[in-house]
Amino acid sequence: MLQAQHIALAFGAVQALSDVSVDIHTGEILAIIGPNGAGKTSLLNVINGVYYPQRGHIVFQGVERSKRLRPYQVARQGIARTFQNVALFKGMSTLDNLMTGRVLHMHTGLLSQALYWGRARRDEEQHRAYVETIIDFLEIEAIRKTPVGRLPYGLQKRVELGRALAAEPVLLLLDEPMAGMNVEEKADMCRYIFDIRDEFGITCVLIEHDMGVVMDISDRLVVLDYGRKIADGPPDVVRTDQAVINAYLGVAYADA
Amino acid sequence: MPHDSVLDTFPKLLLDRTRQHPDKIAMREKDLGIWQTWTWRQMYDEVRALAGGLAALGLARGDKVAIIGDNRPHLYWAMMATQCLGGVPVPLYQDAVAEEMQFVLEHAETRFAVVEDQEQVDKLLAVQECCPKLETVIYTDPRGLRHYSSPFLHALTTVQEHGRRFEAAHPAYVDEQIAQGRGTDLAIMLYTSGTTGRPKGVMLSFDNILITARNAVVREGLRDDEEILAYLPMAWVGDHIFSYAQFYCADFIVNCPESSDTVLQDLHEIGPTYFFAPPRIWENILTTVMIRMEDAAWLKRQMFHFFMGVAQRVGARKLAGQSVGLRDTLLYALGNVLVYGPLKDNLGVRRIRLAYTAGEAIGPEIFTFYRSLGINVKQLYGMTEASVFVCVQPDGEVRADTVGTPMPEVEVKISPEGEVLFRSPGVFLGYYKNQQATAETLEDGWVRSGDAGYLDAHGHLKIIDRARDVSRVGDANRSLFAPRYLENKLKFSPFIKEAVVYGQERPFVGAFINIDLGAVGNWAERRGLAYTSYTDLAARPQVYALIQGEIARVNASLADDPQMAGAQIRRFLILHKELDPDDGELTRTRKVRRRFVAEKYATLVEVLYGSDDRVTVETQVIFEDGRSGTLKAELLIRDVAPETPVAVA
Repeated sequence: MLQAQHIALAFGAVQALSDVSVDIHTGEILAIIGPNGAGKTSLLNVINGVYYPQRGHIVFQGVERSKRLRPYQVARQGIARTFQNVALFKGMSTLDNLMTGRVLHMHTGLLSQALYWGRARRDEEQHRAYVETIIDFLEIEAIRKTPVGRLPYGLQKRVELGRALAAEPVLLLLDEPMAGMNVEEKADMCRYIFDIRDEFGITCVLIEHDMGVVMDISDRLVVLDYGRKIADGPPDVVRTDQAVINAYLGVAYADA
Repeated sequence: MPHDSVLDTFPKLLLDRTRQHPDKIAMREKDLGIWQTWTWRQMYDEVRALAGGLAALGLARGDKVAIIGDNRPHLYWAMMATQCLGGVPVPLYQDAVAEEMQFVLEHAETRFAVVEDQEQVDKLLAVQECCPKLETVIYTDPRGLRHYSSPFLHALTTVQEHGRRFEAAHPAYVDEQIAQGRGTDLAIMLYTSGTTGRPKGVMLSFDNILITARNAVVREGLRDDEEILAYLPMAWVGDHIFSYAQFYCADFIVNCPESSDTVLQDLHEIGPTYFFAPPRIWENILTTVMIRMEDAAWLKRQMFHFFMGVAQRVGARKLAGQSVGLRDTLLYALGNVLVYGPLKDNLGVRRIRLAYTAGEAIGPEIFTFYRSLGINVKQLYGMTEASVFVCVQPDGEVRADTVGTPMPEVEVKISPEGEVLFRSPGVFLGYYKNQQATAETLEDGWVRSGDAGYLDAHGHLKIIDRARDVSRVGDANRSLFAPRYLENKLKFSPFIKEAVVYGQERPFVGAFINIDLGAVGNWAERRGLAYTSYTDLAARPQVYALIQGEIARVNASLADDPQMAGAQIRRFLILHKELDPDDGELTRTRKVRRRFVAEKYATLVEVLYGSDDRVTVETQVIFEDGRSGTLKAELLIRDVAPETPVAVA
């Protein structure tokens, strides 16, 4: 689905990514792991167009991405994401936050939207219906009208996921979707990620530190360390890879 | 022959009602944010298709069908479809863990299960090997089940498609089965969660349920335009009577909430006219109101307190039909415009014409609060073994401390030992495959309720406690020890969620307390008291002081009663975790399992009667996903000085 080829990204003297190549296959759940500062978030930022790499290029659905493509244009191509730190409109309700995820699919002008007339009205109803399927999917009916700033962290994460889904992406990038969650919330999130892939047919790429979760849900792992890719393969293989154990997993885990 | 005696089963009622008013709205369910409706004709078609499908799958007369899930129209229809074929629905508590379900599935020998979603399917798959009789599982919500390939799993819509084909091939079959049903047939089996031992399957016939439900419809004047919200567990007899039996008897409208988390919002949107809630729901609503009022602007707060004062003085009397004088009438009317009306509207209780509270004692303050707002809440005394209705407070004779007078055709008497006995057309057929328990409970048509109580001068029944729990404190006066009575008094405090008291043959009465995290949390926040978790908050000295004050208040009221003065609470501790059904400490209907708690926390009970004022405990907890962990905490134990009894001259 997407190929990142020989990506190199530097911020001044800091080499965030050097010669990283990753293939994302349609319909897989791919986890990117690695210690802090390994370049995981930078890689996501490159994939969704926030950064353009100094070297290398991105091929998405067979087309090489132009340097001038802005993040919103990437989003329009069908790549959505969530953030490590929840980035929602805190004063707006869950429903309204999800509706913002539909913006890319709204085709009516400002005037007709403001008048809520004719096609704008039909449009709005369609978008609302789609958002309602997401609300149903994520089981957030009870907080439909609650301002998200008042929600606990775990639920905010879920709303953010909902907004990304509302954009009807083909590729979903999740930056630490389970950070700060308790065991039950993590189990729920795992189930949602599976279901997103199965029910919506969306390819998922996630960054996650909880190794139990990662080994459980991902089809494939990419391990980064100091901006370089040190491993790439199914969980069972990566788990026993000596370079990965040295860099990230540690010995105790390998013994376990 | 009177017309209704022909309609002696639910399927016959369904046929009759559908013929009478095919286009009347029968049920609603909120789905994808919109209230979807079904007319009687549409409901009938759904039921028929499902009945045909079940017949095609081989459901025979007498087969048991487990029903598991939240209150969904399709699950109610599954019950009906089962009864059409002469099968017996067995609803299970949807939040029960797999092992609990296994017991009921095995014991009831269920051949079929109709369940809501993946969560329930997973549980059934986990226990499937232990339940060889279970052949077919039908689910209503296909989500997440895409990769499940078990041959005995079927989607409800597929079953209905088969059913339509089956009906086309055998057009008379389902009608014949319906016609074969008799009022004396077993209609449903409801497993009581029970505070002790294994659940027992209460067998109720169509006659039991229909006669009882109809009598209540007549006495309470229920109409066909009532709106109700079906939100209590389908496995509980109350929901079966209110959302199922009375629905078919009175033809009113049943509304199913969007999810269990949205009940209060759905309540607001529907505005039911007939409403049932156990005391804890009434408490929750009141607590929410009080918390919000504390945070409201000064003027609003003053207005609220002033007019609530007026309401307390006037409202209950007005509701009882007494005259209250011109000044109070005007003040109450003003209060209605400014406070009561908007408040009731906000809570979704403005249209209520009849509401019940039952299951446990309700706090007098809570009860009076709603009645003074002009909401006709009444206490109901009932049990599964009676098809619910035993006693209800008649309109105009509502007092906080009784449960009212017997319903039509119900006889109540008190045994020499002080136990409440009753006899009625609703009395159950027996416990399924449990002769011994049946014999212990049922004698010559009289049911031993297990409750200690008495009939007062006005013929109203007053319940004190579970008969077997009443005992004596081991103090010099041999004071009466009625644990539930004491616990309820404690729980009437908004800060106390659960309480477990000890005192039988002990030198004094001691208590375990569970604080109400919402109320105490809010109390703490307003005092700038930061906390991280329930365990942390529960251990705070400030919280101990708060609870100590609440207990002192309870003691003061006990001191006034010479029988109870010796049962004042002298020592207490706040538990480090909330009592939870998943840990077996509460029943699924959230009643404390006293003996289990006493065994599990035996060391804490000893400390309660020891001299230490702190103790470290480690407890196993089971998370919702079935994993377990340990919780370690240090607990404080506090003494409370007893109040001196008022001298009786």
